[in-house]
Amino acid sequence: MTKIVAVTGNEAVANAFRQIEPDVCAAYPITPQTELMQRFAAFVSNGQVRTEMILVESEHSALSACVGAAAAGGRVATATSSQGLALMWEILFIASGLRLPIVMPVVNRALSAPINIHCDHSDAMGARDSGWIQLWSENAQEAYDNTIQAFRIAEDMNIRLPVMVCYDGFIISHSIERIEYLEDEIVKNFVGEYKPLYPLLDVENPKSYGPLILTDLYHEVRKAHSEVYKRVPKVVLEVAKEFEKISGRKYELFENYRLDDAEIGIVILNSAAGTTKDVIDEYRERGVKVGLLKPRLYRPFPYEEVANALKNLKAVCVLDRADAFGGSFGPLYLDIAASLCNFSQKPILINRIYGLGGRDFMPEHAAEVIEELKDIAQTGKIIKLKEYIGVRE
Amino acid sequence: MIGWKDIPPGMVILEAGSALKVKTGSWRAAYRPKWIEENCIHCLLCWLYCPDNSVKVKNGKREEFDYDYCKGCGICALECPGKKGKKAIVMEEEVK
Repeated sequence: MTKIVAVTGNEAVANAFRQIEPDVCAAYPITPQTELMQRFAAFVSNGQVRTEMILVESEHSALSACVGAAAAGGRVATATSSQGLALMWEILFIASGLRLPIVMPVVNRALSAPINIHCDHSDAMGARDSGWIQLWSENAQEAYDNTIQAFRIAEDMNIRLPVMVCYDGFIISHSIERIEYLEDEIVKNFVGEYKPLYPLLDVENPKSYGPLILTDLYHEVRKAHSEVYKRVPKVVLEVAKEFEKISGRKYELFENYRLDDAEIGIVILNSAAGTTKDVIDEYRERGVKVGLLKPRLYRPFPYEEVANALKNLKAVCVLDRADAFGGSFGPLYLDIAASLCNFSQKPILINRIYGLGGRDFMPEHAAEVIEELKDIAQTGKIIKLKEYIGVRE
Repeated sequence: MIGWKDIPPGMVILEAGSALKVKTGSWRAAYRPKWIEENCIHCLLCWLYCPDNSVKVKNGKREEFDYDYCKGCGICALECPGKKGKKAIVMEEEVK
């Protein structure tokens, strides 16, 4: 029986952790992730799970402990946000380089300075090339569902890579929404018993993690590593198909919302996609052919599939909740532009930066973008390629 | 040399003791340690400090250096207490 509850995004993800019951969880509190781990720590203290909870002195230590536990042969999870993810930086590459299937919700929050605890995507975007798979989630239901699927994806024997599950700080992490929980037994059966690959605790078969690899082999090791990511989209889709059977909820590499016959489109991640879809519905009622693409699997980025979904549009705006200072465009824009650059038929692209440091993304912002896209589709002229929206002059 | 298709996942080395195959003695540049047996009290501090298992021990007694793995770092010579002020390990110039 599906249980329908009203909970915060953090509570939903903590409940997914309880249902999955990782062997080890090393974590350090940081707003807005804190509530997630606080709730999970309560499950541990109340004896509802047998997880070894390690309270460490920093995020650098949290992920280091996770790396050790995963190499030892355990199913491992942690979670973080913002500065915490930044402090994990060097260990992120070690976790992916060693192919350790750690699952880590990242509750998206702005980076300092200036200090700010609210939502933007600078944290996870900064880690987008660290070799972690990234699943992005629009709402608490998607965060819960993605967390459950993340363990299956990470632990697939053809992949064995760490996964970040991204969802918006406060907007999703602390807002109460209607969530459908799966039954504990169904989740446990779905993720299955953990099968370690090369566990260090198998002392009968000694092995070495993290050897020194110099000029004679490092290039080959990285080539081999890059090949692994080609196998990820197929596994993500297979896991999604199985998840649909237990939940009735369908997941793909990205959400295609009213895009098939669209002339103009918006590409946007996470919670702001919900607001935008409402505005798109209003415009559709007025006969404006507008659609939306919401990436779910952001790393590895499904370039070909995304390009095929967008190439026939006339104009597309990519909305970034993170700026890439000195890189000219937002990170999501760069990926969309790269996916389309070799097609002869492609839309005119513009980039808008919105919602930094938790600034609300309002329906009128989506409407403003759609109006601009209508003009561009009609005239073929771009007034500004990249600009901040919702900013005071 | 292996190609990229033969790289194991995560570059985890599954063969125990494979470090024996890498003869780090070839890294030794200017100096090598020399054992002077008559000054040796067999305290085994050199064996304890050696980062490369290059000090061989048999039945609790120190034996000759294993130059296949000695990088010439000199820790053994530094730590050696010797006998009556005379070192049992000294560093001498490498003979190529």
